[in-house]
Amino acid sequence: MNSPKLNPTQPTFLPSHVVKDDEPALVGAAKAGDIQAFETLVSRYERKIFRLTQNITQNREDAEDAMQEAFLKAYEHLGDFQGNSRFYTWLVRIAVNQALMKLRRRRNNIVSLDEEVDTGEDTMPREVEDWGPSPEERYQQSELGDILSKVIGELDPAFRIVFQLRDIEQLSTEETAEALGLSVPAVKSRLLRARLKLRHNLNHYFRRGATT
Amino acid sequence: MKCKDIVKELADYLDEDLDSSLRASIEEHLGKCKDCRLVVDTTKQTIQIYCNSEPAPLPAETRVKLHDALAKRLHHQV
Repeated sequence: MNSPKLNPTQPTFLPSHVVKDDEPALVGAAKAGDIQAFETLVSRYERKIFRLTQNITQNREDAEDAMQEAFLKAYEHLGDFQGNSRFYTWLVRIAVNQALMKLRRRRNNIVSLDEEVDTGEDTMPREVEDWGPSPEERYQQSELGDILSKVIGELDPAFRIVFQLRDIEQLSTEETAEALGLSVPAVKSRLLRARLKLRHNLNHYFRRGATT
Repeated sequence: MKCKDIVKELADYLDEDLDSSLRASIEEHLGKCKDCRLVVDTTKQTIQIYCNSEPAPLPAETRVKLHDALAKRLHHQV
């Protein structure tokens, strides 16, 4: 017998700051064995989870594998999800672990995420320019997406992953520290460094008068 | 308060995780220092642009691979 196909149509995108009210009910149904409910959760979050694994691994094949393994692990361990956090936060932590394993495997010389890293004493921004019109108005969405991916990909993983969890996935400082095995001060110092470095690199595209 | 102190406190300032007196000192400095104001504004924009950005649709073959793998596993457990 052929395996049943899950719904291959593209799902409606859900912005990161929106939590649909039906999430607890869907998770409850999925835990009770409702495959359709789990499928709905996958379709809801697959784009965000793929962006997460892509931003961490910077490798499409690894990102695909990490995403797939994350959803499969989430399904296998649904019974362990106690509902103390959002389902999405729980899923992000699983996906981060899968993506980090891929990253470490591919880059043996990578700085360990739980090691001290030089967050730089010299963080004083040198380029201080007005960005002019809103970047969202100056660039088409796909073009802006390409710029954001390129710029975040240039960050050292130790900084990139903290920024991803804190500012894109909206985990708290404490949740980020726990997910990455870091102290809260380490998360804060890396986050500052990441934000300033991204600001610096985006300045090239967004400063007033930059060629679009 | 000096410009380097603003940078040191920038993350907590943006996350609104500072006590009111330190916050007031920062805002007093920002009122007088255009460079620091630009750094704060553009850093805030950096966070907002990433936070608000929509993830691109999954490449078609990536989505098929994902859903095939899930279907296989879910079907197995039914």
